[in-house]
Amino acid sequence: MKIIVCVKQVPHVSEVKIDPKTNTLIREGIPSIMNPYDLHAIEAGLQIREKMGGKVIAITMGPPQAEEVLREAISMGVDETVLLTDRRFAGADTWATAYTLSKAIRKIGFDLIICGKQAIDGDTAQVGPELAEFLDIPHVSYVRKIESVSDSELIVERLMDDCYEKIALSLPGLITVVKELNTPRPPSIRGKIAAKKAVIPRWNMEDIEAEEENVGLKGSPTMVKNIFAPPPRGERMFIEGTPEQQVETLIKELRRLGCL
Amino acid sequence: MFIKIEIEKCTGCGSCINACPFGAIEIKDYKAFITEACTLCGACIESCPEAAIIDERQKIQQKEKGKEYSGVWIFAEQSNGKIASVSYELLGVGRKLAAELNSEVSAVLFGPSDEVEELIKWGADKVYHVNSEEYRFLDDELYAETLINLINEHKPEILLAGATSVGRSFIPRVAARLRVGLTADCTGLEIDKETGNLLQIRPAFGGNIMATIVSPTSRPQIATVRPRVMKRGEYLPEKTGQIILVPPLKPKGRVRILQRIEDVSFCKINLQDAKVIVSGGRGVGSAEGFKMLWELASLLGGTVGASRAAVDEGWIPYAHQVGQTGKTVSPKLYIACGISGAVQHLVGMQSSDIIVAINKDPNAPIFNIATYGIVGDLKVIVPLLIKKLKEGVGE
Repeated sequence: MKIIVCVKQVPHVSEVKIDPKTNTLIREGIPSIMNPYDLHAIEAGLQIREKMGGKVIAITMGPPQAEEVLREAISMGVDETVLLTDRRFAGADTWATAYTLSKAIRKIGFDLIICGKQAIDGDTAQVGPELAEFLDIPHVSYVRKIESVSDSELIVERLMDDCYEKIALSLPGLITVVKELNTPRPPSIRGKIAAKKAVIPRWNMEDIEAEEENVGLKGSPTMVKNIFAPPPRGERMFIEGTPEQQVETLIKELRRLGCL
Repeated sequence: MFIKIEIEKCTGCGSCINACPFGAIEIKDYKAFITEACTLCGACIESCPEAAIIDERQKIQQKEKGKEYSGVWIFAEQSNGKIASVSYELLGVGRKLAAELNSEVSAVLFGPSDEVEELIKWGADKVYHVNSEEYRFLDDELYAETLINLINEHKPEILLAGATSVGRSFIPRVAARLRVGLTADCTGLEIDKETGNLLQIRPAFGGNIMATIVSPTSRPQIATVRPRVMKRGEYLPEKTGQIILVPPLKPKGRVRILQRIEDVSFCKINLQDAKVIVSGGRGVGSAEGFKMLWELASLLGGTVGASRAAVDEGWIPYAHQVGQTGKTVSPKLYIACGISGAVQHLVGMQSSDIIVAINKDPNAPIFNIATYGIVGDLKVIVPLLIKKLKEGVGE
């Protein structure tokens, strides 16, 4: 089975903080990491390969340094990687990203595509389903369990807001996965050596036969108009006193605000 | 690059360096210089006192946008026939937007429901209803195909859907096919007075920054909207409207739901709809400790959430987890008990209306966002709170 895993390099969001004085992001020394959901996507790909045979190919789009996440994927056991990198890809929104990935993935060929549910920088969760639409294949979002795999079908559980559903997905198809699905394996020694040695193929716009008006900023229907710090929360207070007094004040305040 | 600095105008004052969230501007030889780290966010443009930073994209977006698109549409989600609360919230904000645009509001409803009229009373002028069993539960391809057909036929200017597991799964397929902009998980929506574009405001970077997104050249402008953020409009019991039955399409069948598992404990959790959440972290100390949180939650008519620490300890199942790797919630009242407030947790609950934090450590970050902070032992405070509430203190 030919499995493609889409990964993304993201800033370590939990270390992105706002400077309370200047209200700007404190950005010094924020490391780049592989999007955490994508580790689970890779793990899912590797587990399916172990059962079914075939290979797992990790693909990412980004600046040249995004290569780091592909090396990390190799260290976990991924067979091949592709880096889509081209200045013209820069500034892509989810539409242009999904378009670009779809062109490259068509070129590679596939039976199954696995994406993380969302990336933690944008949190849109849109690229997976958009990619499925571009490739005209079915998709299942929020997969929390892969029950069985055959050459033609996946049986999975989809996590919904209020329940979960057991679903049969025909292949070729795409899934996006949540963290509950598995525990990503750590890199192996052999994997680390392979990652170091690997020559990672780089594809540009011509390599994937993408059209310029559909990639990068130019191809993106959405644009960021401006960014700003989240509005500070309204009144804040510490409630002092003995525990009895604290609790009584709290109840009074909550009643005043109509919370109780 | 699309963001440029006019070197002659630049005085090297460095204002833009502070404005840039990505550290992408450097001063070289007393002039500002944009590095490869630039994400084109545009935050620097307004910061420049000399107006030396130019956004070249403004030129690109001058394409003529379709004038024939009009009307605000909302996707009315139902679950087993019951219309989801977020649908009425969408009607609330949809009415406001439509008033500014001088257009009407239509709802699209897939699947059988006895509550179709409710959509009209909550603000819809028209309802496009596909009343077919095949549409009862989410079928991404069927939903997308049907909505695409409706959009192509009626050409709405704006389409809003809930940022729920349903909306966030199938709406991207619609946007991909129509080649239009889609903005995820919006928490604010306005009409730009100058251009008439929909300003879509949403958190990014785990809620650490807010961004205003526009889709200036494509129609419809599509956004998913976070549940429990928008206010419902006025309920008009006498209001009438038109219900248009839309013939169902045949499912492709490439995805088949074999079984729905409505685990009772799982449904009870429904954190996203809860008005009150009592949440516990490492400070709760044990699975046993969560019992008093349940008691408090049921007194307040709410449910129980947890931080990742408590879930990892095995004190409470994953389905209760709030935060970056769990659920994003925005209840009216969030009571954080023994939660220190790691950023990963905060991003999942910081849009709650009122946050109460109970923690022993006065320096815990949770207090930075708490409306009311109580420094103390939750094992003393929570039982007291339960007792006083039962006694009816302050009523």
